[in-house]
Parts: sequence; structure tokens; C-alpha cells
Amino acid sequence: MAEVIIIGGGIAGLSAALEIAASGVKALIFSKVHPLRSHSVAAQGGINAALRNHPDGKNDSWEAHMIDTIKGGDFLNDQEAVALMCREGAKRVMELEKMGCPFSRTPEGRIAQRPFGGGVFPRAAYAADRTGHAMLNTLYEQCMRAREEGRIDFYDEWHVLSVIASGSKCLGIAARNMRDSEIKPFPAGAVIIATGGAGRIYSHSTNALINTGMGIALGYFAGVSLKDMEFVQFHPTTLYGTNILISEGARGEGGWLLNKDGKRFLSDYPDSASSMEMAPRDIVARNIIKEIRRGGGVEDEYVYLDLRHLGEEKIQERLPGIRELSIKFAGIDPAKELIPVQPGQHYTMGGIDVNIKCETGLNGLFAAGEASCVSVHGANRLGGNSLLEALVFGAVAGKSASEYAEGAEKYPEAFLKESEAGLKEKTSFLMNSRTGKSQWDIWEEMRKTMMETAGIFRNRDGLTKGLNIISRLIGEYDGISLSDRGGVMNMELYWAEELRGSLRVAEAVLIGALAREDFPGRDDERFLKHSVIEYNSGSPELSLKDVDVSYCSPAERRY
Amino acid sequence: MKDYTFRISRFSPARDATPYFREYKLRLGDSSTVLDALFYIFKNLDPTLGFRFSCRGSVCGSCAMKINGGHRLACETQASGLGNLITISPVSNLPVIKDLIVDMEHFWKNYRAIKPFLVFNSSGREEHIVSPHERKRLNGLVECILCGICFSSCPVTGLDENYLGPAALLKLARFLEKERGETRERLYPGITRHGVWSCRKAYNCQESCPKNLSPAKAVRNIIFKTAGKAFRK
Ligand SMILES: Cc1cc2nc3c(=O)[nH]c(=O)nc-3n(C[C@H](O)[C@H](O)[C@H](O)COP(=O)(O)OP(=O)(O)OC[C@H]3O[C@@H](n4cnc5c(N)ncnc54)[C@H](O)[C@@H]3O)c2cc1C
Ligand code: FES
Repeated sequence: MAEVIIIGGGIAGLSAALEIAASGVKALIFSKVHPLRSHSVAAQGGINAALRNHPDGKNDSWEAHMIDTIKGGDFLNDQEAVALMCREGAKRVMELEKMGCPFSRTPEGRIAQRPFGGGVFPRAAYAADRTGHAMLNTLYEQCMRAREEGRIDFYDEWHVLSVIASGSKCLGIAARNMRDSEIKPFPAGAVIIATGGAGRIYSHSTNALINTGMGIALGYFAGVSLKDMEFVQFHPTTLYGTNILISEGARGEGGWLLNKDGKRFLSDYPDSASSMEMAPRDIVARNIIKEIRRGGGVEDEYVYLDLRHLGEEKIQERLPGIRELSIKFAGIDPAKELIPVQPGQHYTMGGIDVNIKCETGLNGLFAAGEASCVSVHGANRLGGNSLLEALVFGAVAGKSASEYAEGAEKYPEAFLKESEAGLKEKTSFLMNSRTGKSQWDIWEEMRKTMMETAGIFRNRDGLTKGLNIISRLIGEYDGISLSDRGGVMNMELYWAEELRGSLRVAEAVLIGALAREDFPGRDDERFLKHSVIEYNSGSPELSLKDVDVSYCSPAERRY
Repeated sequence: MKDYTFRISRFSPARDATPYFREYKLRLGDSSTVLDALFYIFKNLDPTLGFRFSCRGSVCGSCAMKINGGHRLACETQASGLGNLITISPVSNLPVIKDLIVDMEHFWKNYRAIKPFLVFNSSGREEHIVSPHERKRLNGLVECILCGICFSSCPVTGLDENYLGPAALLKLARFLEKERGETRERLYPGITRHGVWSCRKAYNCQESCPKNLSPAKAVRNIIFKTAGKAFRK
């Protein structure tokens, strides 16, 4: 039986696996954590699809969803890809429903939908405020069925260290079993990268701690390019301290943002003076940062979200999740106290450059989900579209990869020879004792640098400075000292392996951002382009590529 | 800021005959969680400390451990409420791989044993109609994060290694709901001897569940629903 290796057990990875298993090819899923611990499990709000189940959504259509998505992404989306996602959306959500996904229901018993920012119709299908949890568990359950039938195998707690390629062809992967540190090469007919986002290259992120971006680097190191890495989404309200997401619902229900003097400071900024807390995400986030820089922040770090005037009853009824999070993670009851919040990194729009079939530049290597950039989000993702992307393009990647694997040569000769060399390099890490910097100093400096220079505000000087620092850190990485020599669940080694990829992903974000300095007006001639970065043995090379605008042409964004 | 002493159970099967405690002294900020403390120790005091983590937001189920004797999620447990001396050890009823990391394969084997999936028919473009009332019946059955805390705090799983345990039975209860008209018979093997009949109603699962779910109640419901039928085969 032909085999496809999937790196990642989130929604994209499991969606790919089910598609592969259904086509008679075997799927091997490698994940550094048990698949149900993947970041997908944390998604709250919903998944977009034009189901027309909401009374206000009767006129919705996949075309309307497409137009919202393109407008939201400021026309930097590839429109064929957006069209495919929006057309397939309803079908895939229905399929998930048939698998038993516990969606919330309308009074008529249909899948319930709620409005989300940037969508003209309410089209986010949801399962309470646990949509990601419901979806991931449902997909995993179906994988258990395929597992019984021998069509899917799991390699839990295997850390994938490289994608092995020879010439223009991907041959397999090398991975380390975290239980005993054995590193093994695995040949495969095709490989799919579905490793999620890179939030943790920033000091403040809503992402899971495991979202280091190393998976994106796996493709990059193997020679495929990264696209639009500078497009990073920030969320205005994350809990100070942990940066756990405090959803937009809190402001939607009437919450206020206050500075250290208790003033609703958004009124001081022209672009938020009229809509106040309900101004778009990017504007609210920018003005919070401006206010903190002006000196209005508490401890120069955060502002307050005030829900007290809503009353305990309403908070408990409408925002129970936010109340629970505040109590558990900040020790603060929003019914009585102010919630400390600050903007934080939230979503990685860029990623491994793939076409509409999820093919990368290497034959036999595919990518899907947040790790990839098929470019459905353009410069800005709409809430509810990333779960959809992971579900739809996970399946697309599964289909493409299984077709490829069926025709691929089995256990190519070149494989073991190629992989030997790579493996030696990886293991030497454990063996050599060095006396350089601690990896934690590098992690911290990288994250702080990214937040300061490639955060919400960017300019040429800052980005250049940031790039210099990251380049220095890349150099220092080679000398880091590790002291745990154990082979069983060596977490120090795990983090060091991740750092190698994180640094290069951070570098790519900065290089991409420098190609796109802040520019106030529209200049589609110069800016309607994708930035594409190649690793080029450690001296990254930038180029530009056209955006697909086959459906509608760019216009100024007005809401 | 407050000073703490953490007593943490350490164990490397290859090296140690039995687990032992090591003490770490540290200062933590006001809203620090136990997971923050473990990371502080790991980064600053002892890079060999082993523990699992992922979401740090009490949704992924990675970080179950025993904290001052009770089973909790480290990421949602504030250190400040625990006194100055905090004792941490791995969860019970599962073999330790290293320090606070246990081998959960037994737990997952039981999860798989109840056949936790719907056998569905993919034809037709429309969704099944599930009334809000029917959907409500799934509340309490679908929020489980499979952290294993119920399995580890159950008195029966510790004694009877064949017992499926609370989490798997909660999952089973979800698949016995037939809001989509699926047949239930294939699920009956999960209900027999090592299933619901082994529950001793200690209700530890309900007490310790970080998501306030009640596998024990689910077990009662399964018995009620399937009485007489479950032994058929
Ligand atoms: C707090 C929060 C709320 C969100 N809410 C929504 C929402 O309401 N709607 C929406 O559409 N989107 C939402 N998103 C975004 C959405 O959740 C993600 O984009 C999506 O789940 C990503 O899925 P994925 O399968 O691509 O990656 P992930 O779920 O991140 O999975 C990555 C997988 O790769 C594995 N992996 C990574 N690297 C390696 C390696 N080197 N070796 C082995 N395995 C590896 C991991 O173990 C994991 O299994 C939210 C995001 C956040 C942060
Ligand atoms: S780290 Fe996810 S539940 Fe604690």
C-alpha cells in the first residue's frame, strides 16, 4: 500500500488523513504532542460557511463569502483559492456534521450560525465557544475508525526534525521519538506539512506554547519557499500575563477599554472616536499600543477591559467563558474587577508557499492549514476562515498527496543515503557539549525583538535593527549549551530543536516586512504582490510574485 | 511577589530505583500558575525536569498532575492559593515515563475500546435535523478534554486494570445518544463487565473533573438506558 506521511495532527492534518485513508492509501500521522493537544483544540468562535441557516443569512452564498474574504484580506488573497474554499465550505461542514460534530442548533434543528467581523451575513457555524474542540475531536474519532481498519497509523510524541529531499523530489522525513530520543528516517510516497502557526516567535501570543513555527521551517530548510510571512494578525485584547484570548464578544456585549486613569481613551484617537470599542480589530489594537506608548498604560504594559457595568448576571449569562478565564488565569473576577489586557500575536497568515492543490515547489511535498500559505487570507484573515481553511485544504492536500504517492517510486534508493548525513548533524547536537549562551536568552531576545520591531507598528529602522539582532542570534544558536543528557522526554533538547526553526521563521517575517514598508495610500502597482522567500542555504533570498485577481479587482477598503 | 518551595517528584526509570522528591525555592508573581512555576524551574534551576504542556489555557488536557495531593491541571491552578510549600507528583494509576510525564497508552486503549466514532452515511447534502432539545442531551458528554484526571482519581481503575474508566465511559454515553439514529449494538461490548458494572459510585471523577463533567452520572444513564440489553452478547 502506498504511504503518505503527515506532519501534524491538528484539524488540517486529520482532515488530510481521512481523505487519504478514503482513497485507499495509508496515512502516517506524526505529531510532537498527542493530536488532541494540538492548537486547533483551542479555537472558540466558529467556522465560516454559507449555510443560510440564520434568519439574517438567507441571501448568503459562497460568492458573498468569497467577496467578504477578499475584501478582508485587502485583495492580497489568491482569488481562485478563496473561491475553492468558499465553494467547498458548506459541503465540508456538512460532512463534519454527519461525522457527529456537536454543532449548536437553530430552533429548527439546523447548524447554528453567528455573525463574525468582516462578514456581511452571519455564517460562522459554531459549537458553543468550543468549535475547535468539537471539530478536532470529531475528526480524531473518525481517524480511530480508520485506525481499526489499518488505514491510519499514529506516531504520537515524535518530533519531526527534517524533510528529506533529493534534487526536486521529497523522499520522506527524519523524526526523533521523544520517548527514547531515537532518530529514524521514514521514507514515504508523499509528505504533507500541517504543523500550524508560528505565534511563539513573538513574546505576546494567543497561540499554544508549541506553536513555534518549526514546522514551517521544515519545508523552508528542504528548499521550498515561504510566502507573505510579514502578514501577522494581532488581536487587541489578550489577557495580560498569559495572553490568553479574550474574545471580541466582551466588547460586543458592551465592555469598555480604560487607561490607567480610568478614561475610555479610544475617544482620543480620530479613527476610533466614533465607533469606540467596536472599531475594527486592527484599529483598536493600534490605539491600545499608542495609548501605552503615550504613558496611559498600567505599568507601561497593559490597559483595562471594564465589564463591571454589565452586571454580574449579564456577565454570567453572556460571557461565562471570559469570566472563567479571568478568574483562573488572572485571579480576577470581571464582575467586580478590571481585566488587564494587551494586544497579542494571534494568527500567521503567511507560510509555506503552495498552489491551489497544496503542492509546494518540491515534488511530493505538500502543505496545508496555518503552516501553509495558499493565500486565502491575503493580508488579514477573517475570524472563522482559518478553521475552514484547515478543514478544506487539509482534504485537498490529502487528495493531491495520495494521488502523487500512488504513482511514486517506493523506497527510493537515494533515501537512506540522503538521510544519513542529515541524521548525523541532528544527533551531534546531543553529543557535543558547548559553553555558549543559554537557549532561553536567545528565545527571549528573539521574542522581544519580534514584538518590538515586527509587531503592530513597523518601520524601516526598526525592522533593520530587528533583522540585525535575529541574524546575530542565528549565529549564537550554533554555540548554545545544553545540560540535559537524558534520552527520555528530554524537553531541553526539544526546545533547542524548535529554536533552530523559529529563528529562521522570525528572520523571514522581518525580510518580508522590509519589502513592504508602511505606506498610507493605495499603490496596487507596487504592493499587489506576494513576497516569496527562499532559504538558499542560510542566505535568504526575496522575490515578488503576482496576486491572482481573476474574480474581482482591488478597491479601497471601507466598512 | 511571593516566595515558594516546590517539592517535585523526580524519576528517570533508567537511573532511579524509585521516585524521589527534590526541592526548589523560587519567587513568583501574583497571578502565576503552577505551570509557570514549572517553566521557571525548568529554565532557571533544572533543565532536566520533565512535564507536558501545550495550550496553557486549560483546553488541551496535557498538564494533569497531582498538586498538593489533588489531581489538577497545572496551567489553570494559581500558585497563590496553595500555600508556600507546594508538592507536585505525577497522576496516579498510570506508569511514569519521566518525572511528571506518564504513559497514557492504557487510557487511550480504553478510549479506543468503546469504538468512539459514529458510523455515518455521507450521502445527502443536508445536515441531520437535531432539535435544540436533543442537542442539549449532549451537554456534559462532549466537552471532555481527555486529560485523564478522572482515570487517575478513580478508585476502581487503580485496582482493576481491565476497567475502562470514567473518560471512556463518558465517551460511550455520547455515542449511545442516537440523535442521528445510529444503531447502538456495536457499542454494547463496552458496556459489559469491565464497563459500567464496575463503577463503584465513588464519584471521584465528578469531584476532580476540571471541566465539571460527571462520568459517574453518565454511567448511571448508560445502565438505565441499556438495562437488559447489554448482556445479550
Ligand atoms: C485562541 C485562538 C482562537 C481561535 N479561534 C478561531 C475561530 O474561532 N475560528 C477560526 O476559524 N480559527 C480560529 N483560530 C485559528 C485556528 O484555530 C488555527 O488556525 C487552526 O486550528 C490551525 O490548524 P492546523 O491544523 O493548521 O494546526 P494546529 O492545530 O496548530 O496543529 C499543528 C500540529 O502539528 C504538530 N507539529 C508541529 N510541528 C511539529 C513537528 N516538528 N513534528 C511533529 N509534529 C509537529 C503539532 O503537534 C500539531 O499536531 C483561533 C486561534 C487561536 C489562537
Ligand atoms: S496546558 Fe493545555 S490543559 Fe494545561
